[in-house]
Amino acid sequence: MHWNSFSEFLAMGNHGVYVWGSVAVTALLMTLEPILLIQGRKSLITRLKRQFRAERADRSEQNTRRSTD
Amino acid sequence: MNNRLVSWFKYASPQSFYPIAGKMIPWFWALAALFGVAGLYVGFLVAPTDAQQGEGYRIIFLHVPASWMSMFIYLVMAFWAAMGLIFNTRLSGMMASALAPTGALFAFLSLWTGALWGKPMWGAWWVWDARLTSELILLFLYIGFIALQSAIDDPRRADKAGAILALVGVVNIPIIYFSVKWWNTLHQGSSVSLTKSPSMAALMLWGMLLCALAFWMYSIAVALMRARSIMLERERHTEWVRTMLTSKE
Amino acid sequence: MLSLIRAVISRDLRLAMRRQADIVSAMFFFIIVVSLFPLGIGPEPELLRKLAPGVLWVAALLATMLSLPRLFADDHRDGTLEQLALTPQPLGLIVLGKVIAHWLVSGLPLALLAPVLGIQFDLSSDALWVLTISLLIGTPALSGIGAIGAALTLGVRGGGVLLSLLVLPLYIPVLIFGAGAVDATVTGLGPQAHLSLLGALTLGGVFFAPWATAAALRIALE
Repeated sequence: MHWNSFSEFLAMGNHGVYVWGSVAVTALLMTLEPILLIQGRKSLITRLKRQFRAERADRSEQNTRRSTD
Repeated sequence: MNNRLVSWFKYASPQSFYPIAGKMIPWFWALAALFGVAGLYVGFLVAPTDAQQGEGYRIIFLHVPASWMSMFIYLVMAFWAAMGLIFNTRLSGMMASALAPTGALFAFLSLWTGALWGKPMWGAWWVWDARLTSELILLFLYIGFIALQSAIDDPRRADKAGAILALVGVVNIPIIYFSVKWWNTLHQGSSVSLTKSPSMAALMLWGMLLCALAFWMYSIAVALMRARSIMLERERHTEWVRTMLTSKE
Repeated sequence: MLSLIRAVISRDLRLAMRRQADIVSAMFFFIIVVSLFPLGIGPEPELLRKLAPGVLWVAALLATMLSLPRLFADDHRDGTLEQLALTPQPLGLIVLGKVIAHWLVSGLPLALLAPVLGIQFDLSSDALWVLTISLLIGTPALSGIGAIGAALTLGVRGGGVLLSLLVLPLYIPVLIFGAGAVDATVTGLGPQAHLSLLGALTLGGVFFAPWATAAALRIALE
């Protein structure tokens, strides 16, 4: 291990702000991207399922109407 | 010969690729985590202090892999765009569209980490160094691609138009890089350059390599995830999507 | 082949002459934008002289951008473009003709107007000369590359701004060598290197871009 103490690790030889600023934004974006993708996928699937259900209801309604004509 | 062609094109249908992609995604995440932990361990915990730049140089373990990925992803994007144009396969176009946002993300990260690296080293948040400037232009190219595709309603037209743009971009990237390098050397007598990276100790190289691999695995995982969502959206009128989603109830 | 190009050029020029207001307003846009910079930066001659090549070139880029949608939009609207695409003649050659005609009514006037504006920036006569030549060599590339963007965004929402977003990054090498040539003259290095590279870009742009443009047009017309 290169570091003697945790506080040294955090300080990064006075450049802590820059190093950790980079790490933070990198970690943030690389976590947000997949999270947004998962959420997007979930809402897409919900929307599609709702559409399919609605179409099936329409279709069966048409069928019953036709059979009672 | 015919049989082999047919078997490859089987995977070119969204219907067959969708489940395959689904199975691959967790593996790529695992690889990304593995390489990531290894790379960060080497880069942040083990690699020595740099003689000229102190500890701040460690940003390169994020900056350089991000730059590499931003350029590599553009090439892969252009490749899939070309495949889509040549073979008229829908899936190729979807792959290209799936890659673009991730490529733009890495281009942005490259610029962000580059700025944070430049500030302590050269005293300015932004230096018009050839590499950073080219990276900025690459970000513009990504944004142009994404903007063009979102402005066109018809997905097939969006695919093909984006493909032409990506191919024109890929041809222009070396030209742009060369002209920016030219511009930079003529205007700056001084050697303010982020390309003057510290002479690499072996551990530093390893750290960069491992992080680059981690970013690469991440990109594949994320691109496959996005591609699956694109497939669902675009193929929503097909039988296979309908059956798959309704049977999940 | 040449007669086809000549026919396309003369048709486009004739149509452009009926809409002279478009051409003239692009030129006035150029003049106004160039005049904005001293107003924003200050009248100090030393500073203006240094900024002049970049300012004049950027303004030329922007003025060209304004005129690009016109390249295909009118023909697209009245169905002529579809007819042109259906002819047995290579669409790339037809595009080349349109690009040349576009340059004649946008790039060429800008190049001829620039030295007059350059005087406002106190450029030396050498620099003015090189400025004109650089614009004469470089603006055809702008028309050629811009045509790709115009074809890609044909009939698309947000057309003009989207077009700029797509095309301006591709213009950057032309800008660097064009403005650089004038800069090199001012600093005494000589513009030959810049001008030859600029020439290479223009040749590439004018001869290869029409084919990409033709492909983009076919996609837009599907």
